[in-house]
Amino acid sequence: MKETVSRFAREVVAPKVKQMDEQEKFDDGVIKALFDSGLMGIEVSPDYGGSGSSFMSSIVAVEELARVDPCVSLAIDIQNTLSNTILTKYGTEEQRQKYLTRMATETFCSFCLSESTSGSDAFAMKTLAVPSSTSGAPEHWTLTGEKMWISQAELADIFLVFAQTDPSKGYKGITCFIVEKGWGVQVGKKEKKLGMRASPTSTVTFDGLVVPNANVVGKVGEGYKIAIGLLNEGRIGIAAQMLGLAQGAFDVSMKYMLERKQFGKAIADFQGMQFQYAQLSTELEAARLLTYNAGRMRDQGLDFRMHASMAKLYTSQVAEKVASAAIEWMGGVGFTRDVPVEKFYRDCKVGKIYEGTSNIQLQGIAKMIADKYK
Amino acid sequence: MSSLKVLVPIKRVIDYTVKIRVLPGGKGVDTNVKHAMNPFDEIAIEAAVQLKEAKKASEVIAVSVGGAKSVETLRTALAMGADKAVHVETDADVQPLEVAKLLRAVADKEQPQVVILGKQAIDDDSAQTGQMLAGLLGWSQATFASKIEVEGDSLKVTREIDGGLETVRAKVPAVLTTDLRLNTPRFATLPNIMKAKKKPLAKLTPKDLGVDITPRLEILEVAEPPKRSGGRKVESVDDLIDKLKNEAKVI
Repeated sequence: MKETVSRFAREVVAPKVKQMDEQEKFDDGVIKALFDSGLMGIEVSPDYGGSGSSFMSSIVAVEELARVDPCVSLAIDIQNTLSNTILTKYGTEEQRQKYLTRMATETFCSFCLSESTSGSDAFAMKTLAVPSSTSGAPEHWTLTGEKMWISQAELADIFLVFAQTDPSKGYKGITCFIVEKGWGVQVGKKEKKLGMRASPTSTVTFDGLVVPNANVVGKVGEGYKIAIGLLNEGRIGIAAQMLGLAQGAFDVSMKYMLERKQFGKAIADFQGMQFQYAQLSTELEAARLLTYNAGRMRDQGLDFRMHASMAKLYTSQVAEKVASAAIEWMGGVGFTRDVPVEKFYRDCKVGKIYEGTSNIQLQGIAKMIADKYK
Repeated sequence: MSSLKVLVPIKRVIDYTVKIRVLPGGKGVDTNVKHAMNPFDEIAIEAAVQLKEAKKASEVIAVSVGGAKSVETLRTALAMGADKAVHVETDADVQPLEVAKLLRAVADKEQPQVVILGKQAIDDDSAQTGQMLAGLLGWSQATFASKIEVEGDSLKVTREIDGGLETVRAKVPAVLTTDLRLNTPRFATLPNIMKAKKKPLAKLTPKDLGVDITPRLEILEVAEPPKRSGGRKVESVDDLIDKLKNEAKVI
């Protein structure tokens, strides 16, 4: 499977990477190929058009794609580790038939949690979902509010929206809704980003949008539990993406260093350079093992929260180090857009920010470590 | 004639992107590298699967002669659309004639009407197995195919030859070998890779098939091509002719 994804990345994605970054747009052919290949529904059951594969398969796919384009990898990561998982784990049979199949085979889904005033403090969200009646199960809900930093909103037909159904209950009022674009989702202008430029990021506004009660995922008030549960696996996903990114940058620059000669020898043969790439390849390997181990723990049903957090924290740091070094190793040409390393450097930065900033990871790890000693 | 059974022999070879290194001793190359299905064999599988999709073939059987790792290559064929696989397991170095004999024995068992092979393997570049198999089976053959059409009880095949293109009609049963421009092999999609795990894979040995695989050829030497030496500029046509005649000795 790794070989298939690797080949897909090289043959289908690689030729379009530069163009997608410069035009800030995914290539339509690449999008279609992503869906046709089954990469958008890796763990989804074949009953819903998916590949029925394992979590580690998703991780491997995210990593292999990120070696070529971390942005395309992000699309796979969001769809597989966040969106598909929500419906697989918490969706009803009807919801899965109606939406999961489409997500596995033909349409992007946007995961809508953050807002302009709630990023790390995710559950202080202000988007409201008002029930049509307060006695018994309501027929529908009315959504009002604005989500921010939403990936792929422009492309998605399906939105998984977290909204507050009862501010007095705090995080226990948060509920997850499946929303269809055609019901009135307003997608804002694309953000102009440093990296991951092909992935459209924008605000998403709901202005009295009506959602049928059948589209509540899980139970009312279960949104927090759903989101928190997802974030753990999502962290391993981002770690895999950062790993792939680092490896991609490393591969390109290593090849260059072995070819480029100065003072009569390849620059890779200078001890100063050797010590640098030896050090970073060691850190990359450590990051890899940390990530795979977190995946293994998750598969074995162990408590993997701390390891997932450590993996995301560490790999995003290593990715930045490697991408930055890769530019220097390639000298002047590394600084141009003619070679891929500057893109890896721009793309890596968000790894320390999204799906839980590095400070949030550190805070979480500290708490879990301290708990072990209590 | 709608239910053609198609047998597709495939070979696990060193991946075409790998830089080949001759082993010290000069008897072989470093095989501790990435392997893949022979590209021309991928084209053969694709051709067979396309025939099945056009309802001209009813079943596609992939077969491979090789060590344990050939199973991975067979799984790829299954993921591309082959219905079942046969693994003739041997760690010995088999040569085209022996492979052709093994394939004849497999054909006797499976009774296909068409066998489609890659025109050559990219490791030994022999380009013999398909032709030898046709001879052993006594079947018609159409090699270096760039187009295949089913017409009644024959296959109309366009062949790539030195002078251009030649179209032949081969009566079924027939052996075909594929050339580069026949098709672009599909990617195995993830769902198909997962489904392939459940498709049948039978194991046989050369002994089971009653074939003696003792090699008839011995590799004497394997060497890298000579390193390219620098070119030189010449001042005139006369100078060029002189150098071509007296130094390079090519005219």
